[in-house]
Amino acid sequence: MPDPSTLVSAPTTRRSVKDLKLGESATICCLEDPEMALKLLEMGCIPGTQVRLNSRAPLGCPITLVVGEHCDYTLSLRVSEAATILLK
Amino acid sequence: MTSGEDMITDPAGVAGSAERLQVAAGRAGGLLARIALVGNPNSGKSSLFNQLTGLNQKVGNFPGVTVDRKTGISQLTPQLRAEIIDLPGTYSLYPKSLDEKVITSLFYDHTSPQYPDFVVVTVDASNLRRNLLLFTQLADLGLPAILALNMMDTAEQHGIQIDIEALQQELGVPVVPLNARKGVGIAALKILMSQTLGPPTVGFYEPEEDLVPMVRQIRYYFNLHNDYLALHYAHQYRHLTFLSPDDRAYLEELTTQYDFKPTVRQAQETIARYARVNEILLNCVTVTRTEQNEPYSNRLDKVLTHRVWGYAIFFGVLFLMFQAVFAWASYPMELIDQGVAWINGLIQTNFSGPLINLLTEGVLAGLGGVLIFIPQIALLFAFIAVLEETGYMARVTFMMDRIMRRFGLNGKSIVPLISGVACAVPAIMSARTIENRKDRLITIFVTPLMSCSARIPVYTVLIGLVVPDEAVLGIFNLRGFALMGLYLLGFFAAIFSAWAMKLLMRTNERSYFIMEFPVYRWPRWKNVGITILEKVKTFVFQAGKVILAISIILWVLATYGPPGRLEQVETQARATAATQRLSPDETEARVASERLENSYAGIFGHVLEPAIRPLGFDWKIGISLITSFAAREVFVGTMSTIYSVGQDANELTVQQKLAAEKDIYGQPFFTPARSFSLLVFYVFAMQCMSTLAATYRETKGWKWPMLQLVYMTGLAYVSSWIVYSLMS
Repeated sequence: MPDPSTLVSAPTTRRSVKDLKLGESATICCLEDPEMALKLLEMGCIPGTQVRLNSRAPLGCPITLVVGEHCDYTLSLRVSEAATILLK
Repeated sequence: MTSGEDMITDPAGVAGSAERLQVAAGRAGGLLARIALVGNPNSGKSSLFNQLTGLNQKVGNFPGVTVDRKTGISQLTPQLRAEIIDLPGTYSLYPKSLDEKVITSLFYDHTSPQYPDFVVVTVDASNLRRNLLLFTQLADLGLPAILALNMMDTAEQHGIQIDIEALQQELGVPVVPLNARKGVGIAALKILMSQTLGPPTVGFYEPEEDLVPMVRQIRYYFNLHNDYLALHYAHQYRHLTFLSPDDRAYLEELTTQYDFKPTVRQAQETIARYARVNEILLNCVTVTRTEQNEPYSNRLDKVLTHRVWGYAIFFGVLFLMFQAVFAWASYPMELIDQGVAWINGLIQTNFSGPLINLLTEGVLAGLGGVLIFIPQIALLFAFIAVLEETGYMARVTFMMDRIMRRFGLNGKSIVPLISGVACAVPAIMSARTIENRKDRLITIFVTPLMSCSARIPVYTVLIGLVVPDEAVLGIFNLRGFALMGLYLLGFFAAIFSAWAMKLLMRTNERSYFIMEFPVYRWPRWKNVGITILEKVKTFVFQAGKVILAISIILWVLATYGPPGRLEQVETQARATAATQRLSPDETEARVASERLENSYAGIFGHVLEPAIRPLGFDWKIGISLITSFAAREVFVGTMSTIYSVGQDANELTVQQKLAAEKDIYGQPFFTPARSFSLLVFYVFAMQCMSTLAATYRETKGWKWPMLQLVYMTGLAYVSSWIVYSLMS
């Protein structure tokens, strides 16, 4: 059973989804914000999942992410929300 | 059965199983099974619902809340029918929005008459991992379930192969592969649904060891049939309205005593469930071909959410929508208008008497005012349904979020605002998807400023009166532009009001945006058709009733007056007419108009006149404003009734009647200044009891509806006054 503290552990690098370049892929390490975490988990952003920055809205925010190795589905979220998803 | 004591003397488990037996016995006797349809958003749940029930649908409310409760009857076998409840889409049983709270509370109370016999869980086969999360939660609650494996075609395209037999083994419930859009697999599903199902045989998650003492205590206190349900009591007792205050206090005490942290525990559970789902999928699913080329949806998004093309296309779509509602709908509308006028004329030439007058001037005139809306409402909802169906609405939300946030709204506010163009009542309800309270309140508050379809007839009649029917660029119409102008006026008023409220309201709650981007699809025309039919039906039977009733009341008010007064006025008018040597027709017109002015309706209008004179309105418009408060669309019906009483030519359409109206100098009464003043008044004024009622229910208090009423009506008064003063 994973310890709940791993969800919000302090990571070694502070790189988050917000810092991805367009088209770049990375793997989720942990979710920083406990309240946001549950919603993100339910939407499939589980630590260990691969995400790719797919597009930005015309004014830079929100962004869309493609979740999963097989390009399973696309999520849209705000930059501030993306910043709570930390990367490996 | 709300208190703990009751539960112990009559254990819920026993009651539940006894009930199930009854249902099983009842089904043989022709009673309906109750089946709930659950699933993630975009898992094809509404397609499946439409396939199962066809046109046998009705929309009601869940008891106590205003969440739409869509039910339908499905003929499973020639002998057996079932009632299907279509629940709002959700990702998990831990609710984040009002819609989701309804779903979860439905599954907790065994004794509720709403409790389903079993659930059909729709999952997107191309995205099994995330979709199965909800299924495992439902299964752990002990609900008998069928898994509807939808969108098998998409899964195949993605190279995903699912071993149905193995999945069925692993999940412990029947699994049916489906393509709900095309109707593939529906027959097999119906056969399965007609069987009596037992509870699922496989569990997916056990509460963590350290939770067990607390969970067991809850379980025995409430006599629940499993640990997971008891855990949900601990998580959600605040929303469980079927529990007594004592029971909730007990749960509060217990959770505090055990230092229970819901958010952390829910996250922990979700991770544990994903781990379990991953194991299952490893045994049942193989992905043969990893498609590396960009999905077509994302390629389409490059254009449709482009910084220039994206907005250009969006405004193009809106413009097309208004052209359709104004220009294209006018042909069937004219037919309806003339049809009603023709029937009216036919009856009047062949019969006479006070009852015939009531029928033609009251009932038929009012009915005409209802029926004439149908083409516009149908077209509008056709557009909105297509935008939702194709997945384009999500893109609009995405493009607008940044802009809307600046004005204190949220990208998701665009759906209520656009739906507000159809009707503020469902629009206000659709604001429920906005999780943030402040964003939601602001959205609800400003939505009625969007021009709803009930304003269309007012706009149509008055624009037709003062804006010339000229073509622009060949195919477009100047009146179409004028109409769009009025819609934009309402939209900007909404946006700026929201901005002002953002500055006035304080909150520390954060606003969320995260949502799934649905894949672009062709609209399912059957779904679009059902939506149109449903909305038109609702309009005709809900709004129509009010309009018809008011038309009749109005006819009475306009025909009768204080005892003796009308007779006296009539004698006087005839005497004056005789001394002026008027023709018989002119005499009749004079008499009718004098009678109306002295009727009850005329008296009301006169009382109101001093207040609205600065806006350019007279007592006849005053009457219409009063009756409009029930529903705006009544305006046209009222005008039609008032002016039919004043004139003998009933074959005239409403617009011709208004155009023929003269002021005291013999000039046309509806000058541009008056018409635009009236138009602006209708853009802003809060003249809809149903909207106020909706706001009351959604905000749970009178504060917001009252503020809405005062603010909007004040805005309307001031703006109309400015317009009239500037133009005349």
